[in-house]
Amino acid sequence: MLKKSHYIILVVVVVLALALLKLPVETTGKLKLAISGLFLPLFGLSGSAHELLGEARQGLTPKRELERQIEQLRRQNQEQQILLIQDASVWAENARLRGLAGWPRQSRWNVKLGRVIGRDPANWWRSMQIDLGARDGLRTNCAVLTAAGLVGRVQSVGQTRSQVIVLGDPNLRVSAIVLTNGETGVIVASSSTPEEDGMIDLDYLSGNSAVRPGQSVVTWGAGGVFPPGIPIGKIVDLRPKEYGLWTEARVKLAVNLGALEEVWVMIP
Amino acid sequence: MNWLPTLFILAVAFVAVFLEGWCDLFRHWLGAQIDFLPALMVYTSLTDGLAAVILLGVCGGLWFDALSLNPLGVSVLPLLLIGLVIYHSRELLLRRHTFAQVVLGVVAGAAQPLGTLFLLLNLGCAPLLGWFSLWQWIVLAAGGGVITPLCFGLFDRLHGALDYQPAKPAAFRPDREIKRGRQ
Repeated sequence: MLKKSHYIILVVVVVLALALLKLPVETTGKLKLAISGLFLPLFGLSGSAHELLGEARQGLTPKRELERQIEQLRRQNQEQQILLIQDASVWAENARLRGLAGWPRQSRWNVKLGRVIGRDPANWWRSMQIDLGARDGLRTNCAVLTAAGLVGRVQSVGQTRSQVIVLGDPNLRVSAIVLTNGETGVIVASSSTPEEDGMIDLDYLSGNSAVRPGQSVVTWGAGGVFPPGIPIGKIVDLRPKEYGLWTEARVKLAVNLGALEEVWVMIP
Repeated sequence: MNWLPTLFILAVAFVAVFLEGWCDLFRHWLGAQIDFLPALMVYTSLTDGLAAVILLGVCGGLWFDALSLNPLGVSVLPLLLIGLVIYHSRELLLRRHTFAQVVLGVVAGAAQPLGTLFLLLNLGCAPLLGWFSLWQWIVLAAGGGVITPLCFGLFDRLHGALDYQPAKPAAFRPDREIKRGRQ
């Protein structure tokens, strides 16, 4: 049975827990970073284990295969260099025309590679931890992507780690545009499918939408968090909502979020 | 009081929370990440004192929330409630029976996410909920049922190794006492 002193301790703990829930978001954010800092040694250990595994895998790969891969990468690199030369001239032309039209100048993306070191242990959120932090120049709301497309945005930044909120989380909404016909909508979480399916919803398309399955969806750029033109996915199907007032489309994500190991973070 | 088993349970809880974030196996196979904390809480509340129950509830909940998008502290209260209910009725529970351990694990594994979601919704958060959440809830409950007997098996052995050993009966027998001197 519980003694009187036990009851007092319990009441104190419950009151403290409730007070913690009522703290301002900034304060709890800092507290969270401090507490999750306790996991740093384990994150470091997992990183070392990952590197060791990579080295072991490299050791097992035959030399001929490695040479073939190096040759392939060398060719790809040369192709990219040529495209970069063309890109530079297009970029200069674009800047000149923007200047003539009086539009603001566009800046190049400054990206940094980060490794995914953990995911959200709760089943009702979609987030992950990456090994980049404030010391790498990250800030909250930086866009996170891969070569295939958009992943999410930085939610909170620690000194050496950051928490990234991923597409499909209810707290992440992205303004998007369908490339072929220019219809706009909002990317929201799809609650009926697991994360592995890689499906999200594109809401608030017009009631008589001309969008068709297979069309590409990219970021629109409204809101200022995500730059325009980052691929999000392809339309799978559509259904009318609210008696045809607007249309909802299911979008298959371009990025396989379940198998992410490395991501690029866009640094301002 | 011997604090070693309690510290060991806390260390296991710490590593378990880290593994829940780091290891994606269950999420890939079953579509849901299994939570180890309810099973640990069942064991602690049936074995250790109230201090250990409170410590596990507070530390485990805070560690879990720190790695998640949950508001900090939201997992503490459901975990603590599970521990306290079991602690309060521990004399009525058949601790050594595997069936009882499984049932308690299932109930704790099912109650923890329900309690957390109840708090989240009352705090105005909008967690990802849908028909698939029902499957995830079943996986969490079943996971609790599987992990709890394993916890008992592991920690009971550890308790045996770290706890004070029960005193053996003394060789002294009063009926064989030799009376010396004059009567």
